[in-house]
Amino acid sequence: MVQKLDFLKETPSQTAGPYVHIGTNPNWVEITGVWNEDLGLVLVGPETMGERIIVKGRIFDGAGDVLRDALVEIWQADAEGLYNSPSETRGKADPNFVGWGRQPCDGTTGEYRFETIKPGRVPYKDGRMMAPHITVWIVARGINIGLHTRLYFADEEAANAECPVLAQIARKVRIPTLMASRGEENGLPTYTFDIHLQGEKETVFFDI
Amino acid sequence: MTDNGQYFQRDRTWHPPAFTPSYKTSVLRSPQQPLISLENTLSEMTGPVFGHSKIGPLDNDLIRNYAQTGEAIGQRMIVYGRVLDENARPVPGALVEFWQANAGGRYRHKKETYLAAIDPNFGGCGRMITDEEGRYWFRTIKPGAYPWPNGVNDWRPAHIHFSIFGHAFAQRLITQCYFEGDPMIWQDPIAMTVPDKVAVEQLIAALDRQNTLPMDSLAYKFDIVLRGRRSTMFENRMEGN
Ligand SMILES: [Fe+3]
Repeated sequence: MVQKLDFLKETPSQTAGPYVHIGTNPNWVEITGVWNEDLGLVLVGPETMGERIIVKGRIFDGAGDVLRDALVEIWQADAEGLYNSPSETRGKADPNFVGWGRQPCDGTTGEYRFETIKPGRVPYKDGRMMAPHITVWIVARGINIGLHTRLYFADEEAANAECPVLAQIARKVRIPTLMASRGEENGLPTYTFDIHLQGEKETVFFDI
Repeated sequence: MTDNGQYFQRDRTWHPPAFTPSYKTSVLRSPQQPLISLENTLSEMTGPVFGHSKIGPLDNDLIRNYAQTGEAIGQRMIVYGRVLDENARPVPGALVEFWQANAGGRYRHKKETYLAAIDPNFGGCGRMITDEEGRYWFRTIKPGAYPWPNGVNDWRPAHIHFSIFGHAFAQRLITQCYFEGDPMIWQDPIAMTVPDKVAVEQLIAALDRQNTLPMDSLAYKFDIVLRGRRSTMFENRMEGN
């Protein structure tokens, strides 16, 4: 025998199940009067700095069917590339931008949608700059542990080409699965980020 | 010595794998390519702060927070515990959200089709932000077991779903809490997605007779462990230790 290390084990994950929204978006599933508003619906206010964008997309399973019961969370830096978090030591982030969002996929179309701002660039641990990106986390029935990926902006070609995280993806043909394509809606830039859980176009997921 | 390095690598053998055919929905919803291992960057080591101002006084009382004509029906109980990290340190300020079926095993959801009765006084959701010692607690009724479409006769054991948001996106976790002594846990295709028996036991809340309220409520203790961070024992190193 040797001395015991004092670490605990992380609690094992379990699927969020089909009714995750009861806990995360009760008003959205018509459980009203319990709390005023569901958390994470609104990211941007009139004072928030940065370029307004819309991020949207759908999630597809291995048969090509759209998930209509998933929950999507995003986390991102402000327009200057600072996170609104106590762990951010490089400066003070925009106080009018929390950077965290949470949306259910639409029960009919399966689309998720966030109105947010374009994030600035954040350094990698060695100081090289990562390309602008949004962290995306999805849970749903049938997903045993939350899936973690990143949305990158397809029109940021130069920044994407030098991003140290994208550079770690050995199979370059998979990099386009992380690229949101730019369009326009009501005069706002719109980025579409579809997520594929399996198949030819399977999205790159990260073990972070 | 402070914990400000990267988060410990997740032990993927402790968690359920993505592909678990006995839980049929996972078959088409499990990535097949290997995950890309990524050392934590600021994007994963940061996370939002949830203010206590967002939380209402009844948010952790499921017996009363949806009451219309009276209190929720069922076995009254208190569920409490601490949110810790793998270094056994408390995680204060964590957002803990929970949802569950009513005493008959029925959820309040338009897609729910189980024939058990709806309880007009039970919504089934609650939340809390952990205190300085990482503690959370709530009052509820014991959820019922329920059948679900998987095998022709599969039943979920009584359980409460938990979502936990600690200090960093790397710690984000959703799980389920089961109850001591329930034989149905070991027949449940979802609990059994967790490969290790000891890991399943980490999901089972202990009956705590010391914290019951006499003539009122039972008590169950359910501690939750989020990922821990490496400490920087030698500050002159560039990157943690
Ligand atoms: Fe459930």
